[in-house]
Amino acid sequence: MSDVPILKVENLCKSYGDLEVLKSVSFEVHKGEKKVFVGPSGTGKSTLLRCINQLTLPDSGFVYLNGEEIVHSGKKINAYRQKMGMVFQNFNLFDHLTAVRNVELALLKVKKMDKKSAREKAMYELEQVGMADRAYFYPAQLSGGQAQRVSIARALAMDPEVMLFDESTSALDPELKREVMEVMRTLAAQGMTCIVVTHEMKFATSFATEIYLMEKGEIVEHGPPSEIPTSPNFVKTRAFMGSYADE
Amino acid sequence: MDNLTNTPVPLDGLSGFFQGALDSFISQIPFWQDILLPALWNGLLVTMQLVIMTAPFGFLLGLLVAVSRVYGPKPVKWLAQLYVIFFRGCPLLVLLFILYFGLPSIGIVLGSFMSALVGFILCNSAYNSEYLRGGLQSIKRGQLLAARSLGMTKAQGVLYVVVPQALRRALPGVSNEFIYLIKYSSLAYVVAVIELTGAAKIIASKYFMFFEAFAAVGVFYLVLVTITTLGVHWLEKKYAIPGVSGVDGKVTKEH
Repeated sequence: MSDVPILKVENLCKSYGDLEVLKSVSFEVHKGEKKVFVGPSGTGKSTLLRCINQLTLPDSGFVYLNGEEIVHSGKKINAYRQKMGMVFQNFNLFDHLTAVRNVELALLKVKKMDKKSAREKAMYELEQVGMADRAYFYPAQLSGGQAQRVSIARALAMDPEVMLFDESTSALDPELKREVMEVMRTLAAQGMTCIVVTHEMKFATSFATEIYLMEKGEIVEHGPPSEIPTSPNFVKTRAFMGSYADE
Repeated sequence: MDNLTNTPVPLDGLSGFFQGALDSFISQIPFWQDILLPALWNGLLVTMQLVIMTAPFGFLLGLLVAVSRVYGPKPVKWLAQLYVIFFRGCPLLVLLFILYFGLPSIGIVLGSFMSALVGFILCNSAYNSEYLRGGLQSIKRGQLLAARSLGMTKAQGVLYVVVPQALRRALPGVSNEFIYLIKYSSLAYVVAVIELTGAAKIIASKYFMFFEAFAAVGVFYLVLVTITTLGVHWLEKKYAIPGVSGVDGKVTKEH
């Protein structure tokens, strides 16, 4: 079962002009694994996530979802994207819709569910992240942590096989970070496969099954959370990261 | 002081003036009742037909052009831009002349009302498209990214996520354009559509009552514009959403 990885990234490259953001990045994710990417800002971690679900088109390389190549899948990418839930740093909730309608929009328009089941599903997902009591609030009326939890519910509603967290706690105050991390931990405990980009080292070590250290568009080291924080590479890189001290 | 206070006011003269004005007004009542107001009423109906038929098409076409300009593939983008340059750049009067007097020479006869309608729709949509383009471009890129990350197509993301927000932002501009439309609909007169202004012009010339006729027309337009303005305020309030439009929206329980 775990022979075919849920997600396999092969020699992914991306440049913006002369700037090589990703230099042939490869890794695999199996079901239930939590891969956490750490590294200094501007090393291509977020670009990597976006190249995985093709929000940014990679220049070369391959991404396989359950063994199917998706970089060159044309219109089928919309179906693949549903299986990769993405959580953004800035939440990106749809500003004109209430929390519950944020969650149900794609259920109605993409999954073509009927209104009643879509609403039920949306409310269920909001309950999972503890936001059911804010279902009829607009994004502007939610705190950052609440908004991020709604955006997690929105991604979960599509029943993804893997969740991509793009610095999903970076824009939050320490207290609000905690409530989002709590939701992520609960998800992980339920067996959700996660790829996380973060700057929170403490969270990374307690959350990850494997930590990837990225620097200048490359994976310079990877290993279990027990090894990475003490590895020479990490200690060296750590100096450049500055804000790695957790709250 | 005493002198001033004791000076008798020429009451006779003043009341005489009012009396004269009143008499002349009373003598005009048949003119207003039987001639001017019925004519203006008919004109008003034509004006309203023009405005009501132009507005939805002008809006939808404007939206199509705006979306094409912002999200269309390159050739479509250029085409939409050309459309705006042409129909916003061409004076409406000239456009109406071309449609009404010019097109028949190449075998296309639209007739008065149709010429006015087509001219208004082209002009109205070109201006609306610019307001709507501004609205579309003001929506953060992350909104569409999030839509796409959920598996929506680009068209779905634009339609269900970007456009509803952009419309709220563009509403003041679009309603401004609607009010302009009410007023420039008077240009239909030049292609022989007897709308409000045209009707007034005819009566004014025939009875030599320019002041009365055009003053009355002014009031008609004022009422139309005021009603529209109130309608727009109502719309803005009704569709207001906290964080999206300027007007504060309430938290509403939706079902």
